[in-house]
Amino acid sequence: MKLTGAEILCESLTKLGVRHIFGYPGGAILPVYDALGKSKLHHILVRHEQGATHMADGYARASGGVGVAMATSGPGATNVVTGIATAMLDSSPVVCITGQVSSKLLGSDAFQEIDITGITMPITKHNVVVSQAGDIARTLREAFVIASSGRPGPVLVDVTKDAQQASCDFNWGAAAPHLPPKRQRISYEQADFDRAVELLNSAKRPLILAGHGIMVSGAMRVFEQFVRAGNFPVAMTLLGIGCFPASDSLNLGMMGMHGEAWVNHAIQEADLLIAIGMRFDDRVTGDLRTYAKGARKIHIEIDRSEINKNVPVDCALVGDAREVVEQLLPLVEHRERGDWLGHIRELKGDSAVRDIQGLPDTGHLYAAHVINDLWKETRGEAIVVTDVGQHQMWEAQYYHHNQPRTLITSGGLGTMGFALPAAIGAKFAKPDADVWVVVGDGGFQMTMSELATIVQEKIKINIAIINNGYLGMVRQWQEFFYDKRYVATPLVAPDFAALANAFGIRGERITSRNEVTPTIRSARESSEPVLIDFRVEQEDSVYPMVPAGGSLHEMIRRPNNPLVETASTEL
Amino acid sequence: MQTLVAYVENKPGVLNRVASLARRLAINIDSLTVGPTENEEIARMTIVAHTDEKGAHRLEASLEKLVDVLLAENVSERSLLERDLALIKVLADQKSRPHLMELIKVFRARVIDVAPESLILEVSGTVDKIDGLLEVLRPFGVLEMARTGRIAMTRGGDLLRPPSAPGKPAENEAAVASPAK
Repeated sequence: MKLTGAEILCESLTKLGVRHIFGYPGGAILPVYDALGKSKLHHILVRHEQGATHMADGYARASGGVGVAMATSGPGATNVVTGIATAMLDSSPVVCITGQVSSKLLGSDAFQEIDITGITMPITKHNVVVSQAGDIARTLREAFVIASSGRPGPVLVDVTKDAQQASCDFNWGAAAPHLPPKRQRISYEQADFDRAVELLNSAKRPLILAGHGIMVSGAMRVFEQFVRAGNFPVAMTLLGIGCFPASDSLNLGMMGMHGEAWVNHAIQEADLLIAIGMRFDDRVTGDLRTYAKGARKIHIEIDRSEINKNVPVDCALVGDAREVVEQLLPLVEHRERGDWLGHIRELKGDSAVRDIQGLPDTGHLYAAHVINDLWKETRGEAIVVTDVGQHQMWEAQYYHHNQPRTLITSGGLGTMGFALPAAIGAKFAKPDADVWVVVGDGGFQMTMSELATIVQEKIKINIAIINNGYLGMVRQWQEFFYDKRYVATPLVAPDFAALANAFGIRGERITSRNEVTPTIRSARESSEPVLIDFRVEQEDSVYPMVPAGGSLHEMIRRPNNPLVETASTEL
Repeated sequence: MQTLVAYVENKPGVLNRVASLARRLAINIDSLTVGPTENEEIARMTIVAHTDEKGAHRLEASLEKLVDVLLAENVSERSLLERDLALIKVLADQKSRPHLMELIKVFRARVIDVAPESLILEVSGTVDKIDGLLEVLRPFGVLEMARTGRIAMTRGGDLLRPPSAPGKPAENEAAVASPAK
């Protein structure tokens, strides 16, 4: 059967199980768009190609499958760079297909020609130029394998226009992936494994550092068994949130720069850290010279290049988190750990009275209130997609996730403008889910054009803008470290509710706490998307905070407010 | 200085990926040689890098993450033969020529071109040996030099061969696109 390259591309995506493509057309990808029109693939027209990659990323993170983005050559291709880098840093399986000028024009500075494979080489797991129609099917199959296997990541496939136009035989069976034969390394020696078991069973103050890898490898169930078997307390990385229920008493919460004080103190006082599917990012460790000095460290990680990269470990088990934890599980012995768990509870008690959640209603609206009320009203069951900054950290602190893949956030790259498009992608992956965007007034203005995408696609998403009139996290750093010189952080924004109306979306503005819950409730009851502009306290800060490069146990603590009552974390 | 050996796909762009990776890790490459192997689809690289053992581990493990790198191995601690080849064009007039020939003999270099005012020497060996020859030639006037950079091989039965198994077909290709786990 003879098909054009463009038809082969669409047919291959269909066979690979793709149903949604987030993209933006243009000259060099036009043959594919023509073929798309004849296929069953659902193309979502975005308003900027960065949005397409974030949507594909959000789709991948919500579903666990591969997200697909598409763009034309030149400026279309350069616009995908931020989204690809975001996916790379957070190990998200995204396949990005770009059009390219005809192969005979390559290197001639033709109209809208750019070397996108050269540009994206360091920010993709792999990328490739396809200039023959006959290579398209195999290359796409390889791209999907690469994107989703091992430590996942983005793959860019750049398809020349002549390859899209040429006709050739289409034989799916003959187009099987043919990847280079890789050396199969033994993941770990028996001695390392035995050492890990010995450390696990002899530790007096063990602590698990749970990361994104647990979710990626689908290890949630066996991980939970492992935690119970050893009665290990668990601290989460930002991207690990959701891999173990927040409601579980062994779950301490998030660690690191804005982790709760008891979590960071527990890390510093532990005698064994069991790091699973995490990479000791600088936002997690603080000063490496003072990081967990008294602890032995076991590192369970699929990416060998992460071992001993930042933190030297006593025992590295390189492999898939689920497989390694499954191996360890039967050998873990239960311990009561009364002293250790009791000590952590004591640390926690001190923090609870400093908690902003318990502040009486003084007429001020704090972001923490908004997020805590959102958590209560959605019963912790929404998919929350955040942007980057203060609201992101408050979300991690005050929205308690019990299910994996329900917090979608840009961790590694910290990409402002991520939330709205990523939420659109998440909604396509989980059409029945209650999807909430939690975004600052700064980040929202970066990609708010995607509101039109929501309207055009008639999807239901709720948007909570945490509007403090500042680029809040940068302002906070200026407050703490630059003597309150607020340079370039005060931020003028449009009337977001009126803006939403202009897009054909219901908009609300909330200024007091008693309006929060009723408005969230009404937004959830509506079948249409709703945007809520929460005008929160302007100069509020995220606490605790470990200053960049500071020691994990030396945090700037939440101000101890005598008005504060004991916080409730019960639903 | 750390020495790594890598087997890579013999196709365009691979050298760029390897070099780009070293740049990204802020590792300065002292020398990098590439040549085909007995299998024309596979090339062998010897990379000598200005880094410590930790940096070499990072480079090795990161190299193996590249799809086109079949194998990468830090061989610095292994029993190793390293060779560099140099072509050196040196000033040689009637007066200095006999003295030069003596040195050439001592260093087991070869004269491969003779011109009225100069000679081209070919010398292979360890970096130290070539540096040593260069040192003694300098007073005569070194006009030009080309060096290959090091190639390395582990001794005896310590084999470092490219993985030959055909590309493993996708383990779970059908499952990758649709939501799993």
